[in-house]
Amino acid sequence: MFIERGSYMFEFKRIFKKSKYIEVKNLENEYGEKKPNIPSGMWVKCETCGKILYKKDLESSIMTCDNCRTHFRIGCRERINYTIDKGTFKEYDEFMISDNPIDFEGYTEKLQKLRDKTLLNEAVITGEGKINGQDTLIAVMDSNFMMGSMGSVVGEKITRVIERATESKKPIIIFTASGGARMQEGIFSLMQMAKTSAAIARHNEGGYLYITVLTDPTTGGVTASFATLGDIILAEPNALIGFAGKRVIEQTLKQKLPEGFQRAEFLLEKGFIDKIVDRKVMKETLAQILKVHL
Amino acid sequence: MVTLPFEKHMYELKSKIDELKNLAKDQNMDLDKEIRQMEIKLYNMQKEAYKNLTAWDKVSIARLVERPTALDYINRIFDSFIELHGDRYYGDDAAIVGGIAEFNGIPVTVIAQQKGNNTKENIKRNFGMPSPEGYRKALRLMKQAEKFKRPVICLVDTPGAYCGLGAEERGQGEAIARNLMYMSTLKTPIISIVIGEGGSGGALAMAVADEVWMLEHAIYSILSPEGFASILYKDASLAKEAANAMKITAQDLINYAVIDRIIKEPLGGAHTNVDEMSVSIKRNLEEAIGRLKREPIESLLTKRYYKFRKIGKVVE
Repeated sequence: MFIERGSYMFEFKRIFKKSKYIEVKNLENEYGEKKPNIPSGMWVKCETCGKILYKKDLESSIMTCDNCRTHFRIGCRERINYTIDKGTFKEYDEFMISDNPIDFEGYTEKLQKLRDKTLLNEAVITGEGKINGQDTLIAVMDSNFMMGSMGSVVGEKITRVIERATESKKPIIIFTASGGARMQEGIFSLMQMAKTSAAIARHNEGGYLYITVLTDPTTGGVTASFATLGDIILAEPNALIGFAGKRVIEQTLKQKLPEGFQRAEFLLEKGFIDKIVDRKVMKETLAQILKVHL
Repeated sequence: MVTLPFEKHMYELKSKIDELKNLAKDQNMDLDKEIRQMEIKLYNMQKEAYKNLTAWDKVSIARLVERPTALDYINRIFDSFIELHGDRYYGDDAAIVGGIAEFNGIPVTVIAQQKGNNTKENIKRNFGMPSPEGYRKALRLMKQAEKFKRPVICLVDTPGAYCGLGAEERGQGEAIARNLMYMSTLKTPIISIVIGEGGSGGALAMAVADEVWMLEHAIYSILSPEGFASILYKDASLAKEAANAMKITAQDLINYAVIDRIIKEPLGGAHTNVDEMSVSIKRNLEEAIGRLKREPIESLLTKRYYKFRKIGKVVE
């Protein structure tokens, strides 16, 4: 397939502006004629390896590049669709939205704008469903909503779904994606770390299974609370996982950091995660783990 | 003389008083009446100033090098303190001091975040910024206290968990998380007191307790005002404005029911009278330790769970 470089139209959808792929549209040759057999917006280019990918192929490989295995970030609804058996997902607390606990200026307005833009009410969706026929409760965070930051709502929704798992004697799987605690809620955000960890403690005492899946990025107060407390901790390839921000560490040390620092592979080496799982086999891996814990 | 920015207008008067005192001594004059009058005036000025402190003023007090540190209190409040070291896996973090002691004859475990009282000590203590091995030492000592049914008293005073390369490599996030989880179900009473700076997760890792107290001028925050300003205002020099917006003072936190008690400091701050401050902390501990020890452990744990469970504001 021949594509003219000079006449693309790029469209970036991700809030983080870390699009790893570039959507290719309005292809025209040097005579201004549209190429007959290539409909607009059907092709994307992987920024990591440069390979041109057919959009339908990208979707069927669950937003990963077939060539270099780069895992693009996905929203929580997409994640739930890939993970939970069709028709079995029941959402909890779907209408919960944030208040403004420390009366931070501009916070309420910012939240409304984000709700309109992302069509999400907050940075996490929780609920129950089946994975290959096995019951589980689940929480999936979404970095598109205020960087996946944890405020009162994320803390409350996650605490509730863990408590429900404890009560119904069921496993819980949490997919993490977060820039850390939500600054705009101040001390209330900090306390969500204790609240969620305490809920996990009770679930743990009951002898039930908690699987964490760390996705890109998982940082700050989320790493320092429920994200690193799973019985089994899985991670997606090359996910950024850490506590302190890279820039802060560099400033503290005044030196450059090692290659691959804070990536999933680095954490595996240091002994902090159980397994790196490619998204294409994530569902079946979760199903197998659930099966041996019945 | 300790310098606090909001006390500037009192320096002149303080110097005059010292001058008069020296003059009276040297020249053998009786200036008692004049000196007393000026001291009364200074006292009233101080009272007024300390009634209207801003969040940023409190930050200055909490961060004073002269502010008493954990060991200053441990040595005055507890008897026969034996410091215990090490996390048993990697090393001994000097930013955390912990051990066993007696409190009015009752065996207790005391664990504290320790800053230095001068530059040399600060370097030894890493400015009170714990590494994973520090949090792991704290957890080891807390589990030991649980085994022997000793109450745990934590003194919190840290700018935050250390964010060096080694700390990250040894799992700083995991160490904090594990403390949060285990403290929430520890089968022995825990009291945490923020004596200076309660720096974010690094502080919280020793503050999941049955009661969380703050000294009157201590601060407890999600992040430093400088960090907050640079993230949300894109300008670290707006730290003062950030401090006021963030709601980080003891008064703010008790209004939000995030902490349970404020312990008043001597006029001018704890550094002006560490003995008086210690007596005050001790009196509060006497009341609380007795009461918490008498509570059945199941009931204690339920209350501890709901103390944190209820924090958060949402709209449904």
